[in-house]
Amino acid sequence: MTQKDPKLLIQPGPQLRQQMTTPVVMRDVWYALTPATLAGIWFFGLGAFLVLLACIAGAVLVEWYFAPEEKRGYFLGDGTAILTGWLLGLTLPPALPLWMAFLGGVVAVGIGKTIWGGMGANIFNPALVGRAFLLATFPIAMTTWTAPGDFFTIPSSLFALPLMTGVVDTVTQASPLGMMKFEHIDTPFIDLLFGNTSGSLGETSGLLLILGGIYLWWRRDLDWRIPVGIIGTAVIFSLILFMVDADRYPGPVFTVFSGGMLLGAIFMATDPVTSPLTRKGTWIFAIGIGLLVVLIRVFGGFPEGIMYAILLMNAATPLIDMYTQPRVFGRELDQNE
Amino acid sequence: MAKEQLAYDEFMKGLWRENPVFVQVLGLCPLLAVTNSAINGLAMGLASFFVLLGSSILVSLFKSYIPKQVRISCFIIIIATFVTVVDYTLAAALPVIHKELGAFIPLIVANCLILGRMEAFASRNTLRMSVADAFGMGAGFLFALVSLGAVREILGVGEIFGFALFGANFEPWVIMILPPGGFITLGVMLLYFNWLEEKKNKIDKQLATEDGVN
Repeated sequence: MTQKDPKLLIQPGPQLRQQMTTPVVMRDVWYALTPATLAGIWFFGLGAFLVLLACIAGAVLVEWYFAPEEKRGYFLGDGTAILTGWLLGLTLPPALPLWMAFLGGVVAVGIGKTIWGGMGANIFNPALVGRAFLLATFPIAMTTWTAPGDFFTIPSSLFALPLMTGVVDTVTQASPLGMMKFEHIDTPFIDLLFGNTSGSLGETSGLLLILGGIYLWWRRDLDWRIPVGIIGTAVIFSLILFMVDADRYPGPVFTVFSGGMLLGAIFMATDPVTSPLTRKGTWIFAIGIGLLVVLIRVFGGFPEGIMYAILLMNAATPLIDMYTQPRVFGRELDQNE
Repeated sequence: MAKEQLAYDEFMKGLWRENPVFVQVLGLCPLLAVTNSAINGLAMGLASFFVLLGSSILVSLFKSYIPKQVRISCFIIIIATFVTVVDYTLAAALPVIHKELGAFIPLIVANCLILGRMEAFASRNTLRMSVADAFGMGAGFLFALVSLGAVREILGVGEIFGFALFGANFEPWVIMILPPGGFITLGVMLLYFNWLEEKKNKIDKQLATEDGVN
């Protein structure tokens, strides 16, 4: 006796369903990443697209292989593996041999996520685990940046056989951060804004990354406190340093728009799995990342610090969550509070 | 005949079923520290093998004379004797490897695997069984050290026991000869062994139920 268009639905709760499911959020992030990705492919050529595909292939393959057989469609359908591979690809140099990019994708999902128990159980951002692994494993290939070049030229280093070194035949050029750190050369702001500089695939175009962030914020997929906190802290800290000695330290604008700062702050630090749950905790998390980025960049050995900054604060997240738990309503204050 | 079977069983137990590293997860400190090449793993494995065998023999011979209250100290003194022998032998015969292994040779004294076998096996079993057990556990440890060292050396520098495998264009995986590489490789190997174990248990269970039905 079921009606076609029932006036009264009788079913067990919950009757109200949240529209925001994981696949929906993941697709939003895809849309938000698309402009910056296309810009990266435009500047660095089709080779960049192949690097991205290799990362995604590695990530998806591992996700598929380790998923329970009857749930494989569901595990892949939520889009997290594709997103992890995609984000990893955006942090890689455009002339990285494809087998390394593929390995990065495998490590990102395998060691970064699956080993911890799958989505939602990992401590560290999977894409950054993949990148940290690649940076520690292939330090030379991971810091060989190519200058933006012809769209149809694919660097031959991409097709190095597995386990073999890729010989970079295109024009190499230090990234803006490297130039700043080792040679003290400033890069014009307009290049940093639109992305016409050397660097990782998807991190060069500041403007499009911010647009993607605004889209995510408008769709309520993103906690605005994290990017704002990170960038704000970095701006204040680097401004102080800049005022102390303008010749030695980069200015706040350069700090924000160079390297992976925006990509990390908007798309990686905001990963809901690896960032704190409470509001107070979120601020602590964001400020910690902002401070660490500038510290590592200015005083550390590496030109770029956003990756380690985020990974370090990921590690601190459970602790932050523990200490920022709000008092349960109706309960008395603890003795020592 | 039955006795023969038992000794063989003790040996296989140490080498495979209760492998000190892959199943019991013991002796990780030397394991992670020295396995950045296969040859170091081999030297460390042989040294531990010798110490384990020697102390097992002595402990099981003197087990009725060792007072219960001070047994640990007695075991340690016996183990330390053999470690000193190994230390001086290596320093005289293979000074390069001795230098490479450094402090980890004297530290065999504190290897929980060896003390564990003394306490759990050699002090309670006959000489014959203790020797079989020491052979098995020593071989199991050796196997783990060499396989871990081989994987790390192949990926980390593209060589095995010093022979180049891939030619000049090989891109070394720097992480593999660094400490994180040891942890990652060991983790993957443990994963594999646990997976084998699970598969075996599943098959055993299936066989058992089939037997029950028949």
